[in-house]
Amino acid sequence: MWGFGETELAALGLSLAVAIRAVAINLLPAVFIAWLLTRRRFPGRLMLDAFVHLPLVLPPVVVGYLLLLLLGTRGPIGGWLDRQFDIQLTFSTMGAAVATAVMSFPLMVRAMRISLENVDTGLEEAARTLGASAWRRFATITLPLMLPGVLAGAVTAFAAGLGEFGAVITFVSNIPGETRTLPLALYTALQSPDGDATAARLAALSLSLGLAGLLASELLARGLRRWLGK
Amino acid sequence: MLEIDLALTRGDFALEAHLSAPTPGVTALFGRSGCGKSTLVNVIAGLLPGARGRIALDGEPWLDSERGIAVPAERRRVGYVFQDARLFPHYTVRGNLLYGAPGTPRAFDDVVALLGLAALLGRRPRALSGGERQRVALGRALLAGPRLLLLDEPLASLDISRRSEVLPYLEKLRDAFAIPMVFVSHQFDEVLRLGTHLAVMDGGRVVAQGDLASVSLAPALRSIVGHESVGAVVEGVVSGVDANALATVAIGAGSRLRINAPGLVPGQRLRLQLLARDLILATEEPRGISVRNHLQGTVRTITHDAGAELVEVDIGGASLLARVTTEAARELGLTAGQPVWVLVKAVSAGASLPA
Repeated sequence: MWGFGETELAALGLSLAVAIRAVAINLLPAVFIAWLLTRRRFPGRLMLDAFVHLPLVLPPVVVGYLLLLLLGTRGPIGGWLDRQFDIQLTFSTMGAAVATAVMSFPLMVRAMRISLENVDTGLEEAARTLGASAWRRFATITLPLMLPGVLAGAVTAFAAGLGEFGAVITFVSNIPGETRTLPLALYTALQSPDGDATAARLAALSLSLGLAGLLASELLARGLRRWLGK
Repeated sequence: MLEIDLALTRGDFALEAHLSAPTPGVTALFGRSGCGKSTLVNVIAGLLPGARGRIALDGEPWLDSERGIAVPAERRRVGYVFQDARLFPHYTVRGNLLYGAPGTPRAFDDVVALLGLAALLGRRPRALSGGERQRVALGRALLAGPRLLLLDEPLASLDISRRSEVLPYLEKLRDAFAIPMVFVSHQFDEVLRLGTHLAVMDGGRVVAQGDLASVSLAPALRSIVGHESVGAVVEGVVSGVDANALATVAIGAGSRLRINAPGLVPGQRLRLQLLARDLILATEEPRGISVRNHLQGTVRTITHDAGAELVEVDIGGASLLARVTTEAARELGLTAGQPVWVLVKAVSAGASLPA
């Protein structure tokens, strides 16, 4: 029963593609939002904080539905993308990546914030007295020292992104080869009367990928911390 | 000239500092912890926003709130040595040293040699001792080509032996580079060794300032150093040393002080503190006494201080402080303008020498 067929390989490939794209979409905005929430005091900070964390508490189906309203071809942003650039996110792998990105965004921001809070602002002050501009301070001191968190956030988001279900199926449906990622394939297999073996294989695959992701994240963070001299 | 005229309120702490210090030179900011020394240094560096007033170095304003000038910290070119070194953990010692210096500056080898850093260049900060970290922090600040060096208790986080490891480097630095320095300390012996100008802070204000000799007489200093440690600072030049380590030091206008301290050489400049409690006053010159110094002088002031009398005596261009009991002052009939003899043991004067 452990022979992987085309269904499993297609779903695995798609999950990897979606998760990687989701991380790529999120990386820079997550660093920026984490920095903003940790290092700046501005009106509306609490609101932004709550908004960023919404996907953690909302039912994923609601997130998928909201995305459909906003990014669907008849939505305000989706319609504009369609007219200006001929880009349709609905029913596409890119759409699945966007839905996954939104769902995993708070995970990334959280990991980065914890890491950034541990970066001593005194070091940034020291760099400042040595003549470093705000950009140079960020690039040479803040960012390298928060890298363990950036990495941990990216790997956790990647691992979680492999298995995003609710938001994806609501926003981009369940299309084989296009949006049918591992969990969607698992769900489909469970719906069919002879899909038990496929479902088991897909579940085992998801489990090992998740575990490998978390372990890799921890090991990388350790190596980085050593490299950073901590 | 470093001119400071500042007001800053943070919570219930108010800083109000008026200070002008000669440059180059080492201005020591002295006071108890919490008196506002570090706050003042951070305002000078430009790291604390919200200060009103004026800061200018050699006529160039860094802050002038009336004219709307506030030069950002990164463009003030201050070298700041923090109490906790604040080395960048992900850079090697070499990387730290070069962070504020574009390219490899010509002074690199000199600074590395001066601070004894050659063997440490490839190491990470975490592999350094506390004293080594402070030396690297000093080098890093120096190599950025600062116009003013700020040293915020650079020795406070070190134990006694590490302190005496770093202190000579600070002296070398003061003598080798003509960079104005502001040195924060709550240890008077450090001030004595390094400072050329002294500003005493208390409760967010500068309560006394001037050269060390004059500020050492200031009443404001007494409660801060503790009554046991009150004593006039005198400066002089060693004019001769005999075979038994008894040195003669010329102080003031023609007074000679003999002190017992090994290792002094003729021509050496000295600054020493004569503790008020070690000095003896007499209304006539005593005979048959082991005390080596009988200095003739005139009582200038007598102030009641902590249950005794502090008598300031002018010995010809220099002032000394002697602490005597109220009873002794009454018995001797001490009054301002009265001629007295000040007796100073050569061994106690030698002991108060900055180590």
